[in-house]
Amino acid sequence: MDLFEHQAKELFAEYGVPVPAGKIATTPEEARAIAEEFAAAGTSRVVVKAQVKTGGRGKAGGVKLADSPADAEEKARQILGMDIKGHTVHKVLVEEASAIASEFYFSFLLDRANRTFLSICSVEGGMEIEEVAATKPEAVAQVPINALTGVDRAKAREIATAGRLPAEALDGAAELIERLWAAFVDEDATLVEVNPLILTADGQVKALDGKVTLDGNAAFRQPEHEALEDAASADPLEAKAKAKDLNYVKLDGSVGIIGNGAGLVMSTLDVVAYAGERYGGQKPANFLDIGGGASAEVMANGMEIVLGDPSVKSVFINVFGGITSGDAVANGIVQAVKLLGDRGETVDRPIVVRLDGNNAEEGRRILNEAAISVIEQVETMDEAARRAAELASQGV
Amino acid sequence: MAVWLTEDSKVIVQGMTGSEGTKHTARMLRAGTNVVGGVNARKAGQTVRSEGRDLPVFGSVAEAMAQTGADVSVAFVPPRFSKDAVIEAIDAEIGLCIVITEGIPVHDSTVVWAHAVAKGNKTRIIGPNCPGVASPGKSNAGIIPADITSPGRIGLVSKSGTLTYQMMYELRDIGFSTCIGIGGDPVIGTTHIDALEAFQADPETDAIVMIGEIGGDAEERAAAYIEANVTKPVVGYVAGFTAPEGKTMGHAGAIVSGSSGTAEAKKEALEKVGVRVGKTPSETARLMREIMSR
Repeated sequence: MDLFEHQAKELFAEYGVPVPAGKIATTPEEARAIAEEFAAAGTSRVVVKAQVKTGGRGKAGGVKLADSPADAEEKARQILGMDIKGHTVHKVLVEEASAIASEFYFSFLLDRANRTFLSICSVEGGMEIEEVAATKPEAVAQVPINALTGVDRAKAREIATAGRLPAEALDGAAELIERLWAAFVDEDATLVEVNPLILTADGQVKALDGKVTLDGNAAFRQPEHEALEDAASADPLEAKAKAKDLNYVKLDGSVGIIGNGAGLVMSTLDVVAYAGERYGGQKPANFLDIGGGASAEVMANGMEIVLGDPSVKSVFINVFGGITSGDAVANGIVQAVKLLGDRGETVDRPIVVRLDGNNAEEGRRILNEAAISVIEQVETMDEAARRAAELASQGV
Repeated sequence: MAVWLTEDSKVIVQGMTGSEGTKHTARMLRAGTNVVGGVNARKAGQTVRSEGRDLPVFGSVAEAMAQTGADVSVAFVPPRFSKDAVIEAIDAEIGLCIVITEGIPVHDSTVVWAHAVAKGNKTRIIGPNCPGVASPGKSNAGIIPADITSPGRIGLVSKSGTLTYQMMYELRDIGFSTCIGIGGDPVIGTTHIDALEAFQADPETDAIVMIGEIGGDAEERAAAYIEANVTKPVVGYVAGFTAPEGKTMGHAGAIVSGSSGTAEAKKEALEKVGVRVGKTPSETARLMREIMSR
């Protein structure tokens, strides 16, 4: 899960990482009120920053300086509702403006390739680090972190020095890096990025921006992370699926997909998209992995979510019978259709089923005998994908 | 010979007394795996009856190894206890530890890997979040269905469980030496490269199927390894061409961020070194069939 900038900064503050003072506004009036508070405390200049989970906000005009509360209100009015790379701005962070002397870059992240943690530090901050790495690689230090020994003050100083931070920033940066490491580990983060990390005119080192990615697998020991989820902008179907413990991702096509196993479902999306090219560009409408044990209830929940999407014109159920054998899956589908009927849902769109693997023949026989009018069986995955795309193209 | 798991392998199950452990211990026994016991500190000294065998429960991996001569451990331990369980296996220096558990925090996996390295990598870790290893006709350690394929001379390595099964099934008439599910997590103990190296060295493997998916750059690095080190024919498949950026597709590691980790980049890297990459699983199976019928 990615955090908004303001959430990341609130987290940083909990770990003693210096950040500028700021508050969240969802309306221009709120932005003005926050700016007035700052003005009353002696700070008249504020920054109004769009809160969206994507980079390049500055370039898109989502970050603006304001010289007065009235100006803050006006800037917030310009930014709220803006679309930045497909993300609508629903809230802005109104923050005291900082007197910046220098801008640096810092991050801790998971280095998949080397199966370790990595810190990246650079005296060149404020722009995309990939850009700096490409144009001035000597200015970007990558320091691996031993997961067993972690980062103490000395290691933090070593990292800051490797990033060529100036002498006057080293003490402050080392302290900040050590605290960020605590946040990275204690919060089960896979990314903690500060860009820019700044040295202020009066010699303080602060996190002017913050990007944090948290590991969903750690939810069992991070109960407070649930509150950080952005329920407001979640897709309603995704939210509903999540409540039913289903692994569902909404996509923008017309062929609903249900399958077992993440890899097989990903593959199903691809095969449907290829087949769909011949039928006016039909595409998968979703990713849905119902997992290994495809019980009738899980299948019914899955079908309910997929059929709850009005853009779905046909459904492709692609199951490989492994541990769960084909007959169990077929019974699951038959019962799911009945369960949905009992719940008052009408299963009105065509469903293409491809059953393969363990006991698939028995499964096919069960589905044939059930003679459910909307269900059509196809033997291979490629042909089933073609048929599902064809049916979607004929759908209304 | 097969890769890492043979008819001589003696298997213990960490978490054997849990529901998954119980179910899959029985399945492994039915598949002919020589399961010699289990580990659960709280149930040490007890015996579990499964498929007509009495399996002793030991207090630790080290004790189980000393008593039974076990050289393979399969872990079905819940996520919050997995780190300690795998570290215990590493400290006992068991040769192979297969971690089936899904949902282990990546910080734990990274610490476990650092621990394995610090201990001199005496234990090969496979997974986590993987279906395990099957050497058809010899042994089956994990949750791979035993009856969907047959013994043969293809080696299979895959990030995805069900795509592994699909490929094993499509090529069941030709058969496999060993099928290795390495798992879809961001940090895993055994990579595509490790498996390629083992298959290249295995006299009972003639050709290799490699299945990858979006996220990370393991497939790209595997391509570089193939170019330099693998002379046996390799056929590839990559899942996730249509996965949008920033959306995690089921596996914790299957996410495309920025321009890296896309299926297209992986396919290109593989094709550049002469690996034929199928557009669909079935086409991939056909490509392998062509190679094996030469």
